[in-house]
Amino acid sequence: MYPKDLKYDKEHEWVKVDGDIAIIGISDFAQEQLGEVVYVDLPAVGDEIIAGESFGEVESVKSVSELFSPLSGDIVEVNEMLGDAPETVNEDCYGDGWMVKIKMADAAQTDDLMSADEYEAFVAEEA
Amino acid sequence: MRFVPITCEQRETMLRAVGVRSVEDLFDVIPPEVRLTRALDLPSGMGEIELAAHLQECADENDTSLVSFLGGGCYDHYVPAIVDAVVSKPAFFTAYTPYQPEVSQGTLQAIYEHQSMVCALTGMDVANASMYDGATAFVEAALMAARVTKRNRIVVSAAVHPEWRDVLDTYAESGMVEVVTCPSRDGVTDLSALAGLVEGAAAVLVASPSFLGCVEDVSAIAELVHAAGGLLVVAANPVLLGVMEAPGVLGADIVVGEGQPLGNAMSFGGPGFGFFASCDRFIRQMPGRIVGRTLDVDGRTGFVLTMQTREQHIRREKATSNICSNQALNALAASVYLAAVGSEGLAGIGRACIAKAHHLRAALIATGVFTAANDAAFANEFALRYDGDVAAMQDALLERGFLAGLDLGRFGGEYAGLVLFAVTEKRTRAQMDRFVEEVASL
Amino acid sequence: MSEHMKREPIARPLIFEIGAPESRCVEAPPLDVADIDLSQVLGGSARATRPRLPHVTEGEIARHYEHLASVNFGVDSGFYPLGSCTMKYNPKIDEWACRLPGFAGAHPYQPEQTVQGALGLMYGLQEALGEISGLPAVTLQPAAGAHGELTALMVIRAHHVSNGDARKRVIIPDAAHGTNPATVAMCGYTVTQVPSNERGGVDLDALAAALDTDVAAIMLTNPNTLGLFDENIVEITRMVHDVGALAYCDGANLNAIMGKVRPGDMGFDAMHINLHKTFATPHGGGGPGSGPVCVTETLASFLPSPIVVHDGAGAYALSTPEHSIGRVKAFLGNFGVLVRAYTYIRALGAEGITEVSEQAVLSANYLKEKLKSAFELPYDRVCMHEFVLSGSRQRKANGVRTLDMAKRLLDHGVHPPTIYFPLIVDEAIMIEPTETESLETLDRFVDAMLAIAREAEENPDLLHDAPYTTPVRRLDEAKAVKEPDLAWKPAT
Repeated sequence: MYPKDLKYDKEHEWVKVDGDIAIIGISDFAQEQLGEVVYVDLPAVGDEIIAGESFGEVESVKSVSELFSPLSGDIVEVNEMLGDAPETVNEDCYGDGWMVKIKMADAAQTDDLMSADEYEAFVAEEA
Repeated sequence: MRFVPITCEQRETMLRAVGVRSVEDLFDVIPPEVRLTRALDLPSGMGEIELAAHLQECADENDTSLVSFLGGGCYDHYVPAIVDAVVSKPAFFTAYTPYQPEVSQGTLQAIYEHQSMVCALTGMDVANASMYDGATAFVEAALMAARVTKRNRIVVSAAVHPEWRDVLDTYAESGMVEVVTCPSRDGVTDLSALAGLVEGAAAVLVASPSFLGCVEDVSAIAELVHAAGGLLVVAANPVLLGVMEAPGVLGADIVVGEGQPLGNAMSFGGPGFGFFASCDRFIRQMPGRIVGRTLDVDGRTGFVLTMQTREQHIRREKATSNICSNQALNALAASVYLAAVGSEGLAGIGRACIAKAHHLRAALIATGVFTAANDAAFANEFALRYDGDVAAMQDALLERGFLAGLDLGRFGGEYAGLVLFAVTEKRTRAQMDRFVEEVASL
Repeated sequence: MSEHMKREPIARPLIFEIGAPESRCVEAPPLDVADIDLSQVLGGSARATRPRLPHVTEGEIARHYEHLASVNFGVDSGFYPLGSCTMKYNPKIDEWACRLPGFAGAHPYQPEQTVQGALGLMYGLQEALGEISGLPAVTLQPAAGAHGELTALMVIRAHHVSNGDARKRVIIPDAAHGTNPATVAMCGYTVTQVPSNERGGVDLDALAAALDTDVAAIMLTNPNTLGLFDENIVEITRMVHDVGALAYCDGANLNAIMGKVRPGDMGFDAMHINLHKTFATPHGGGGPGSGPVCVTETLASFLPSPIVVHDGAGAYALSTPEHSIGRVKAFLGNFGVLVRAYTYIRALGAEGITEVSEQAVLSANYLKEKLKSAFELPYDRVCMHEFVLSGSRQRKANGVRTLDMAKRLLDHGVHPPTIYFPLIVDEAIMIEPTETESLETLDRFVDAMLAIAREAEENPDLLHDAPYTTPVRRLDEAKAVKEPDLAWKPAT
């Protein structure tokens, strides 16, 4: 449920680090809580996002959840596929359902994130 | 009259089940120092027969037998009998907002059809289920344009109804948008003045016909606004959209208006409804409820409220508007009206209003009592200038059974001496001829 | 499902899809003046192509809408315990009254001497609402509850601005209606949310911490959205006034307290009233409503223009308050709705109005006692006109959600209560019976709810797929968002 090679934050985002690039998405717990995703609103390539601040929204039929960035950086790519197929977030939240790729401003910020085991414990407590 | 069906005996049974001795015990939670210890100071209740007599008396104190040339946003059009037959169905008028679609398909399909008709009239892609009235729809369009363009300066034409501009100013007082008024000339927006105001504007708001009944050059305004990256909001009179070009075709980005002329009684100014239509690409910034067509689990076609994440019950302070209740039943009346008249009937009614207005204007000017207020092209309404005491003139004609237009002086000094006349398909040649005779004899 | 709802084998066509192209119902009258050349008169604004409207006969219209009515549920169809919406019976004399030609045919700009009946009725309604609310200055202009909220907040803002002190924040409890925060945002304020305490009222410590001289107002519903009367109300409004802020009452729940306690006496400075809830005017499938605003004498001069005044010599007139915020709507308000509410108040009188609240509260408490063993009752105390259960027990034990139970109620011919609101109660079920339901109806509802609670234990799958007997079953709302079909398009 929570891949070991990813890092997680308390807002239920996951981060995959690849050099100075980080891929960000939402966790299985988050997609389950939301229900069927019908719309994803993401920033544009080139936008700057800041750790802890909102960078987009995910909507189900009757709820809206803000996406809070776990890291700071510049958007280098957004998942265009979610425009036509937002349900991909439910179907493959760690793969094709990723949200954005950023060029990290400060790679050290990933040190504050949780490991898969820590996140699993965090979720168990929250549920 | 009382509408509580519980008997005294049943009340005792219920009190026992709840475990209290009297109903008063249930109100013990209210701090005694603020409890109302006297009876409400209201008139005593009435039985249905005496109440009906009282209401009839109140209604009879209003003179609605006068031959009326009053308009200014509320018009005396014919309402076909079928309209009231439909909106009087309790399953429509006693229903709540269709939040349970399984048992609300009637309301939902009717709204979907209404949205479709508004789109057909306005030439837009998508319409909502209704707003409170034309004025508030107009304001919501300005707020929406500000969200879409991420700008906050709104340019409103001085040729728009002063009450609508007043409503816009009231809302703008909160600081959400800044309102700039573009002067008018000859009853319509002054295009050269507008050219100097569009830069950086979120939207330009005009009405066609304008407050004085004049037809705006919507295409030219659209070009100006779009070149500056703003949106064009056009307020239209829907009963004229059988003969007047759809604002969407002329370049409008948001089309709004007062829906009362379509099958709704004047009812002393309300309830009518506001219609609101825009383009597909702006859907997520639209205010109000929207109905969509979908399928149920058995593959059967059905309708639901959709795109609800825009609305206050989900997005709360980030909602596109705070609107919740709208004017659904009045929108239903409009749908029945449009189905009853069809495009042919609507065009015929629009043509009749315009032809009669042209007839009356020429005849009134020919009396020498009035002079033209402007030379602009006009539709169902026109303004004339009166050099004497407008109130005395209107009083004299009232004595003779006529509501002789709207004294525009009530809207401020810039309108002093102007009288606005509206003509609907209900006014006959004979009524107009008689009116002109009376005017000539003043 | 109730008798009148029948399933049809196929979906009903749209009104655009019936009738022959040459079908007609109402035609324009023959032209009795010289015809005009529209392209000459209107120039480029003359319409090039006709709008695609339906083409049907009157009989086809009658049948179309009769069918649509037959798949719609209203108060006249059956029990409608929709919490927070006060779905009481809508008296038919109200409908008769608003259609009287003297009301329906009046133009808002008629000279005042020709509409004294209409103005007098509005004046009488202002007076009655002022007395019931304890807030004597009244505007009837707002078209709905949310519009009234906005109007009241604008009035409050104008009051602060007139003191050279615009302020920035508005406090709202976490149980508030969504319209409250949305209204705050539209009025240019920011929202400060305060939590509820363990009795369901405002947490006084949190309120104290949130209050300072930057606060313009508190927006409070009392009884609140849990159906509970906040016993600390006098303390709350005092605390609010102590920092120079004002107290606004969301009048959604006025049906609980009429003749018992008045918001003005509790210390509120302004409130809106939903005529379409408390005063029995119909909801119309979403509207029109009417949201008059009542304020203290201090705020009276800021009310929107116009209000009806009495000149002391027997005549009524429209008047603009001295420091009016301006108009919030064209014309005078939803007058047809005002006629209905006035009619209702005159029918009931002081005694009847008080009885309404007594019975509404008794009926709610009766249902609460009958249902509290089968469902969680998060706040087990005397309620006012409504109460909130939780479906959390069924969810945990049986995997049945509140939504499933609500949908199952449809098979019992009952409109479901409000669900998932207020947000602070998990799996909320908010029940408001109103005073106009018979004991038999209330008991039948109890039986249905208990039967559903049993089904949740014994056959949860049955509930997951409910309803079974409605004209359509659960609809694909995700598809509706992802593949928007929002208007009929002619085949090209």
